[in-house]
Amino acid sequence: MPKRTDIKKILIIGSGPIIIGQACEFDYSGTQACKVLREEGFVVVLINSNPATIMTDPELADVTYIEPITVDVVAKIIEKERPDAVLPTLGGQTGLNTAMKLAEAGVLDKYNVKMIGADYNAIKRAEDRDVFKKIIIEIGLDLPRSGLAHSIEESKRVLVDIGLPVIIRPSFTLGGTGGGIANTEEEFNRIVGLGLKNSMISEVLIEESIAGWKEYELEVMRDKNDNVVIICSIENFDPMGIHTGDSITVAPAQTLTDKEYQKMRDASLAIIRAVGVETGGSNIQFAVNPVDGRMVVIEMNPRVSRSSALASKATGFPIAKFAAKLAVGYTLDEIQNDITKETPASFEPSIDYCVVKIPRFTFEKFPEAKDVLGISMKSVGETMAIGRTFKEALQKGLRGLEIGHTGLDNKQDYKTVSDDKIKQRLQEPNASRIFYIKYALQKGYSVETIGNLTGIDPWFIDNIAQIVEMEQEIVHGPWSIVHRNKEGIQNKLSTVLLKRAKQMGFSDWQIAELLGLEELEVRKYREKNGIFPTYKLVDTCAGEFEAYTPYYYSTYETEDEVQVSSKKKIIILGGGPNRIGQGIEFDYCCCHASFALRDLGYETIMVNSNPETVSTDYDTSDKLYFEPLTFEDVLNIINKEKPDGVIVQFGGQTPLNLARQLRDAGAPIIGTSVESSDKAENRDEFSKILKKLKISQPDNGSARSKEEAVKIASNIGYPVVVRPSYVLGGRAMRIVYDKEELESFIKEAQDVSPRQPVLIDQFLEDAIEVDVDAVSDGKDTVIGGIMEHIEEAGIHSGDSACVLPPHTLSDDIIDKIREYTLALAKELKTQGLINIQFAVKKNVVYALEVNPRASRTVPFVSKATGVSLAKVAAKVMVGKSLKELGVIKEKKVNHFAVKESVLPFSRFSGVDIKLGPEMKSTGEVMGIDRLFGNAFYKAQAGAGQNLPLEGKVFISVRNEDKRDIVFIAKKLYDMDFKIVATKGTAKVLRANNMDVEVVNKITDSDKNILESIRKEEIKLIINTPSGKKGQSDSKPIRSTAVLQGVPCITTIQGAQAAVNGIESIINGTLEVKAIQEYLEKSETRVQKPEKK
Amino acid sequence: MSGIQSQRVRIALEDGVVFSGFFFGASGEKFGEVVFNTSITGYQEILTDPSYKGQIVTMTYPLIGNYGINSEDVESRKVFLEGFIVKECSRIVSNWRAQKSLSQYLKENNIMGLEGIDTRALTRHIRLGGAMRAVISTGNDDDKVLVDKAKNSLSLVGRDLVSEVVTDKIYQWNEDGNYEVVVIDCGVKFNILRNLQAVGCRVTVVPYDMSADDILKLKPDGVFISNGPGDPAAVKNVVDTIKKLLGKTPMFGICLGHQILGIALGGRTYKLKFGHHGGNQPVKDLKTGKVAITAQNHGFCVDIESLDKNDVEVTHINLNDNTLEGMRHKKLPVFSVQFHPEAGPGPNDATYLFSEFITMIDRSKQ
Repeated sequence: MPKRTDIKKILIIGSGPIIIGQACEFDYSGTQACKVLREEGFVVVLINSNPATIMTDPELADVTYIEPITVDVVAKIIEKERPDAVLPTLGGQTGLNTAMKLAEAGVLDKYNVKMIGADYNAIKRAEDRDVFKKIIIEIGLDLPRSGLAHSIEESKRVLVDIGLPVIIRPSFTLGGTGGGIANTEEEFNRIVGLGLKNSMISEVLIEESIAGWKEYELEVMRDKNDNVVIICSIENFDPMGIHTGDSITVAPAQTLTDKEYQKMRDASLAIIRAVGVETGGSNIQFAVNPVDGRMVVIEMNPRVSRSSALASKATGFPIAKFAAKLAVGYTLDEIQNDITKETPASFEPSIDYCVVKIPRFTFEKFPEAKDVLGISMKSVGETMAIGRTFKEALQKGLRGLEIGHTGLDNKQDYKTVSDDKIKQRLQEPNASRIFYIKYALQKGYSVETIGNLTGIDPWFIDNIAQIVEMEQEIVHGPWSIVHRNKEGIQNKLSTVLLKRAKQMGFSDWQIAELLGLEELEVRKYREKNGIFPTYKLVDTCAGEFEAYTPYYYSTYETEDEVQVSSKKKIIILGGGPNRIGQGIEFDYCCCHASFALRDLGYETIMVNSNPETVSTDYDTSDKLYFEPLTFEDVLNIINKEKPDGVIVQFGGQTPLNLARQLRDAGAPIIGTSVESSDKAENRDEFSKILKKLKISQPDNGSARSKEEAVKIASNIGYPVVVRPSYVLGGRAMRIVYDKEELESFIKEAQDVSPRQPVLIDQFLEDAIEVDVDAVSDGKDTVIGGIMEHIEEAGIHSGDSACVLPPHTLSDDIIDKIREYTLALAKELKTQGLINIQFAVKKNVVYALEVNPRASRTVPFVSKATGVSLAKVAAKVMVGKSLKELGVIKEKKVNHFAVKESVLPFSRFSGVDIKLGPEMKSTGEVMGIDRLFGNAFYKAQAGAGQNLPLEGKVFISVRNEDKRDIVFIAKKLYDMDFKIVATKGTAKVLRANNMDVEVVNKITDSDKNILESIRKEEIKLIINTPSGKKGQSDSKPIRSTAVLQGVPCITTIQGAQAAVNGIESIINGTLEVKAIQEYLEKSETRVQKPEKK
Repeated sequence: MSGIQSQRVRIALEDGVVFSGFFFGASGEKFGEVVFNTSITGYQEILTDPSYKGQIVTMTYPLIGNYGINSEDVESRKVFLEGFIVKECSRIVSNWRAQKSLSQYLKENNIMGLEGIDTRALTRHIRLGGAMRAVISTGNDDDKVLVDKAKNSLSLVGRDLVSEVVTDKIYQWNEDGNYEVVVIDCGVKFNILRNLQAVGCRVTVVPYDMSADDILKLKPDGVFISNGPGDPAAVKNVVDTIKKLLGKTPMFGICLGHQILGIALGGRTYKLKFGHHGGNQPVKDLKTGKVAITAQNHGFCVDIESLDKNDVEVTHINLNDNTLEGMRHKKLPVFSVQFHPEAGPGPNDATYLFSEFITMIDRSKQ
């Protein structure tokens, strides 16, 4: 039976900003859904607050709302658009929860909107742990013993039945927020308390601890005829007790016999039927006791999940795309397998390789947090690697992680690691445990001992032991008598051994490190001896049918399946695993580059290792190489494909770091030259350019020693900004207020970027920061967007809110900024994108930084203005001029777009919540409106910071702001807010006829204000601190505010914006409007000629 | 590759292609038709499936042997295939039921194992060139000599391999049951017997050459025709037996049993290019429209066109290539399927067919 005809218009709810536990996998799934449903002739209405997504590109849905994903807003959209159905299963937990809340609020019934895919009751059965448990028992499956609690008292009664240790899981949260394992009563009380708070329905599940059991996941799909297939099985390398998002995982399952696997498969079929997920994908997790094989059901996600994205990339089976088709009435046997083109989708993929996913952590950004892993997810990204063996995939994955490892290497000498340290690192799950397994093996620990300490299956550990043995063979074996003379390596690294090492995933660099050689020497020797990678296809069917989808991975085998075309082609290097500072924004740019060049008739070739992304969807580019982004792996592909150009400027720092090496190896890098990038990055060169162009720059200097740094800083005058050179996302960058702080910080900066000078700049306190994105063809430059920061200066641009167009800057200043942008782009011979950061203080425009590459704000600017900067830039890079492309004018918009960032602090307990020059946010949202206040309000709401419409506001401002705060406070006061203020602020407000409650500052003994925030009495905080003392005073206020989810505004401009927003909402003028409508009304502005 | 780096072994195909790797298990020289199996799990069941007699099996999944070998998951009394080819034979065994390693098991059963082979290249080669004769050898012959040996080896077509795998005596599989079922053993898998037992049958297994009269003397409520190796056209005696049994007792056939029934009902069989060997084959039940994911292992197939549609109804088809997967006699209580509803290895989606056999028996008793 073909598709449903009772539905014409479908609402898709996206997943909002990137947060830990919900990343770009939902852009991938949502994008697939939008494409498929429109192909099928449905009208698609989309809501997502995240502008960095492909799905919110105006051409992907019929109507796109970049609005906060809240019940109120979605209800307004439903009222306006009147969709027939809502598809809640493709937008992560956010999409699912929002749809559930809409149903509960009666909105869906009121407007007669059906839930397709999974209905309200099915979702309830899967998500409500109590109901789910009953279902599992009814169908005769086993579960860990457990009980539910809604209060601390109830939890204690449950504990009596089960006994410690137990796992506590709050119901209805994202990625297991607030859960944990309790071994003692004290831990139990703490975790239960937190869990009750984090749960949307104040409910926690208390469960028999099965920590240390083997963990499995099955990806299941069902159609309306009740056909069910398993797409992929996944075995976790890390045992139960570690969130699957934080575990190394392997596909397919490795250590189950067929009998056991079929038992799990049968259970999955029974569960999806009993829960009643009508159509689409679900993910079901199991645990198996390694001692006796007892299998228990852990949980089910009745929707497309992170694991679904992984399973899609691991097998080539597009789960989200087919889930969307099933939701509108198709059955699996009616859908064709894209890859084979002759067989139907009603089959189970068989794979002939091994897939390893490794999480990427960012503990270095949160030095106070321990890198200990548990059931609450902490990783910010992941990399996937494909190999013919587990060993090969693991080593490819480790180098693809981009944390400085060349594989399972010897970054630390095992001899320097104590036994105590090894035992501790093996026993307590942590981000670098995989390397400690290796150290332990090198020290002579047995596989069994390591298995007992870690709970990791001996099969995995023994495979690691085989890597260690190979390393021994390379170093000490009779085959590898290597020495160097003028001709390079002379003999005797046996080519047989070398090939075996490559088959185990050893990188050239890793082998070079073992033998004391250079990477290029090993490469040359390897190639001389005819050892080249072969590329194999991911084809869903293990070679049984011919495959038409060019999705490749490398391995060292006998047959290479790549068909190299004679077309003009461009390779685009992606960004690798998501991390703070480099995420979906860059993947967006890579995808756009691919789309644009395809339009121009080029064959586009994507290289990336991130399974969450749209760029690694096999139909985004003409060819996809799922490979680590290292020099070796990328150069191999370049040598194979011989492209006309390689693009490095869209994937963030990852490909840029490879640019020089690739160019030296003969790769045709296109766009802005490597020299120009270096010039922009090099302090001295950059200063010279600015001097030449007569552009102001904060006083600065670079220091190579502590003494030098102190001298420079005292010449400039405190406060100063200190940072290492050649880093991304402001890593180890800080504002320093005095000599002592400088001395203690300088070491850290040197550690982050050794042998490079530390840069010291004057900190422009009270300046307004401005970001500009522009595109240049080397001759002409067109500005994409000018963004004014709303936060105080000194906060990393990735973490601060900004508005496009600027709302407080004068035309003169903006013209100056334009002039400087054009001059800098020209001077750097930019061919492609350029991002410039300025600061404006007392009518002087200072240039802070220039990056001739794609920036994080490119997608935001593109969404706000409707011009795809990345597409234009890609076309420019292959030789088109801006004139030819018709891009000659800066776009003028008649609305305001506000970007706000989303921070992960609640994941890292004990971390000082403070924004600064080092970026810490994971994602962003956009608020767009005709009025600035409304746009700001929407951005806040989208970021989960709901500005209050009533209640108490805490105000504490520095002296300089006391005059300006009166007007703002008066507005709040007139809207019936209760004002609470510190003494000085209160005095000013009282003098202006407001009733104000006085609280003590933090530094006073009474911690009144923090108590009030904790008790959730305070709904909004306006706190403008100044100087070092002010900063440290307000630190606890900010920390508490973030933990409690209370909006905290730190600038007068921000406060003004917030009050405007609140006023608009109270007056009832908040409207929703599709992005397509905004863009229609925008016009282009004639750019003023470049001043001489 | 596992750490066990041993002697070189080659597989030479009749079309001249030679792959080389390392051997585990036994050494020597063996002939067979090389086929590939796409099951990710279930190598122990595959090794002990009598239907693989005469074949060299390549596993497309590269990591084999991970969970070892146990005494429970066997499908017959021994290993029948001629050789076993994998990318990597695991040197470590990890599973709570594991008793020995794969290489040890092959050695004990005197079976040659090959590892370190680009099994995907071999699979693609077979997909394009079809299943072909091959020799595996640990000897020192030139490649050319080995290829000639492969060319001169026996083909599966027309060869009776059943006689090499079956029992020569009647035996009782289980003592208790509500239905007397006789299984004609052409190389039966234990999981079929286990499934018959599970639906209430008292199972008697008889040699494939037992006459129809002797079978009827056992007073069966139903007769089951088992799976087995090789070409159905080569076991004419069973075809004759089945012809005689038609209309006298309800019958159910699986795999080779299905092909034998097909011939007995007047149909023809032919050889598929490279067969169906794996656990992910979609089969549509034409009556319900539902799709079952099935385990399959066959190189021959009943020609759907050759069946007399007045007598025989097509009940199942393969959605990958639209070949015949199941049929039912329109008047007589007889049905059969090409796939393996008993799984072992593979999905349990179609075990309902054993209950249908019982329903058929019940109905014919009325």
